[in-house]
Amino acid sequence: MPDREIPAREVIQYDVVIVGAGPAGLACAIRLKQLKPELTVAVIEKSSEIGAHILSGAVIEPGPLDELLPGWRDKPPPICVAADKDELWFLSKTGARRLPTPPQMHNKGNFIVSLGALCAWLAPQAEVLEVDIFPGYAAAEIRYGEDGGVKGVIIGDMGVDKEGNPKDSYVEGIEIHAAITVLAEGCRGHLTKRLIQKFKLNADSQPQTYGIGMKELWRVESGKCRPGLVQHTIGWPLDSAVYGGSFMYHLDKDRVAVGFVAGLDYADPEFRPFEAFQQFKHHPKFRDLFEGGEILSSGARAIVEGGYQALPKTEMPGAILIGDAAGILNVPKIKGTHQAIRSGMLAAEHLAQNSAHNLQSAGFDAKLRASPVMSELRKVRNIRPGFYKGLWRGLVTAAIETVTLGKLPRTLPLHADDTAYGLLGEYESPDRGWLERELPPRDRLASVYFAATEHDEDQPVHLHILEPDVCTSRCTEEYGNPCTRFCPAAVYEMVEDQGDDGRGRHLQINAANCVHCKTCDIKDPYQIIDWVTPEGGAGPNYQNL
Amino acid sequence: MKILVGIKRVVDYNVRIRVRPDGSGVDTDGVKMSINPFDEIALEEALRIKEAGNAEEVILVSIGGEACQQQLRTGLAMGADRAIQVQADSHIQPLTAARALLKVVEKEEPGLVILGKQAIDDDNNQTGQMLAALWNRPQATFASKLQLDGDKATVTREVDGGLETIEIDLPAVVTTDLRLNQPRFVKLPDIMKAKRKPLDTISLEELGVSPENDIKIGQHEPPPQRSRGIMVEDAAQLLKELRNRGLI
Repeated sequence: MPDREIPAREVIQYDVVIVGAGPAGLACAIRLKQLKPELTVAVIEKSSEIGAHILSGAVIEPGPLDELLPGWRDKPPPICVAADKDELWFLSKTGARRLPTPPQMHNKGNFIVSLGALCAWLAPQAEVLEVDIFPGYAAAEIRYGEDGGVKGVIIGDMGVDKEGNPKDSYVEGIEIHAAITVLAEGCRGHLTKRLIQKFKLNADSQPQTYGIGMKELWRVESGKCRPGLVQHTIGWPLDSAVYGGSFMYHLDKDRVAVGFVAGLDYADPEFRPFEAFQQFKHHPKFRDLFEGGEILSSGARAIVEGGYQALPKTEMPGAILIGDAAGILNVPKIKGTHQAIRSGMLAAEHLAQNSAHNLQSAGFDAKLRASPVMSELRKVRNIRPGFYKGLWRGLVTAAIETVTLGKLPRTLPLHADDTAYGLLGEYESPDRGWLERELPPRDRLASVYFAATEHDEDQPVHLHILEPDVCTSRCTEEYGNPCTRFCPAAVYEMVEDQGDDGRGRHLQINAANCVHCKTCDIKDPYQIIDWVTPEGGAGPNYQNL
Repeated sequence: MKILVGIKRVVDYNVRIRVRPDGSGVDTDGVKMSINPFDEIALEEALRIKEAGNAEEVILVSIGGEACQQQLRTGLAMGADRAIQVQADSHIQPLTAARALLKVVEKEEPGLVILGKQAIDDDNNQTGQMLAALWNRPQATFASKLQLDGDKATVTREVDGGLETIEIDLPAVVTTDLRLNQPRFVKLPDIMKAKRKPLDTISLEELGVSPENDIKIGQHEPPPQRSRGIMVEDAAQLLKELRNRGLI
């Protein structure tokens, strides 16, 4: 999309402005203030409360957190259970076989946490250091300087109606200018996407590839939860052509975090990731865990999986990328939080080496690539692409790469997700052996209730379809409108009608359901869905996810 | 004139609340808290009156623990001039709140007190009315329109039968209903400015109010689960199922 001309607004100035209050953004803010307390640092976050838009499994490696906040174990975040037992299971429709736990899944010394609660716990620690944190404000646009570099961000206007006119509650978004803008938006950040295009940051990288992660927090019947148990499964309900699997992390107070990841490079246009997740819970080995329990909270988010080969250049004039906005999650470990914290700290250390008058983005990219963040990614770079040839070849590649510590002189290439589709009618959906299911939630609408997502209906739709004509013509014929299936919140619906274009249907966008997962932006086959940020404060209200 | 606005820290209306397993209350652990929506409307109305030149000062008051200072700061960011936190350690019932507010009213002598009609956590809808009675001043509740005219005000109230318009003498208590206004969003720089606005704390004891819990909460229960429906094949089966359940 071309840059709009945005007239100037009220400006406030900071030395550093960080977009996103996830682990990367908050770690960066904290480290900046630890090293150079005289710097002025702001963190802006689109969710109304820190932690409300973020979710993850999550089993975290504490190393980087120990470096950032040495005393944290004496006052840990509210949900923090030491991991002490790992299980990897291969599932068939009726059976389950325990596999040897691969080294990347040994979690002794790690902690099962709620990433949302962790961020909510980190934020006051940043505020104590005088970081200004502003939840409820969405960075909607980049403000470019005359030299073409990044000068800051423009906060989105609030109180705008569906047609774009101001309502009674209208407040114009201000501009925050800073010497350095740190993009910490997480996977497929919308500003990051535009910056990558504008500055051609991925010119030397492989195409980025993603997965969709869906999660539910359950309160199970007394006695069923075994705190500290970390379980993963592969196999059913997926067929061997779809990458992914489940996780079950047992917390305290009879709570179990269960989730499912499906690689978005799947070819079957009829595949339904949310349904795969729900099927998994009904597997005979694990079903009993959920019987009689209740869902406390649920949500979904895309996961960046390209790692080493897909990492874009992470610096540009006036800005840097950290965390999953850059894309540093370790896929075989299914862990990104420790990497995010590392990258945030590294960014802070890079910026703090100069005075406030001379903050420089230049040099950060080289530092990141020379750091443990990159060496960790390099070690596992061939594991995810190894699965392009299916589950079995993938497991073999993974084993080889693990044993050789990633030192083989080869780097497997990555494919883009949106071009992976087979055509409707040509691609044969396999029989995955899915069954009738009864555990809650019954469907995506019931699930989205637990995400507590909220958008004022009277605001511009934040999902822009760049060529709406395609939806009712080409996409219906070629792929059967996969957006109606991959969205975990049932935002996209094909509605039959007697429309004027004679096509008999139109695309209805239930934008208020959106949980900001970004899957549509990634997996739409024509790349015509552009996710932009809605009004600040809108979106999910995840609790303890 | 001064306007006094009462705000309460409540569980955010978006939160999917659950009852604690022992029935002792709603689980508020780690849950998002906000200004009671009706109180936000009350504050918005006060700010509009001030912006129209009919009041010089908007004062916020909230009764609760230290955490409610967060909501007071948000209110200051919206545009209130100063805030008072009445420190109270435990859950406050409407009569106690009304007595505490009366003490603040006697000290500040506002020309108008605007409160939300009810809090969304306990839905009592009593504090405004009790305050007016204790203060011996008029009350106009469920306001959907408020017009000031010197020492009087004309208020349109949302009542069961429709809309009722009354005229009251000021000073008075007005409680707000949903349609009164749409509260403004906070402009980011105002959050910074709010940090420097005065926020004073005074305890219930210092006000001379003792918390009396005349209402004893017995038990909390979630609403009964709806039992699963079944699909029936035809009218004959429907008839059979209705008969089996003793419904016909």
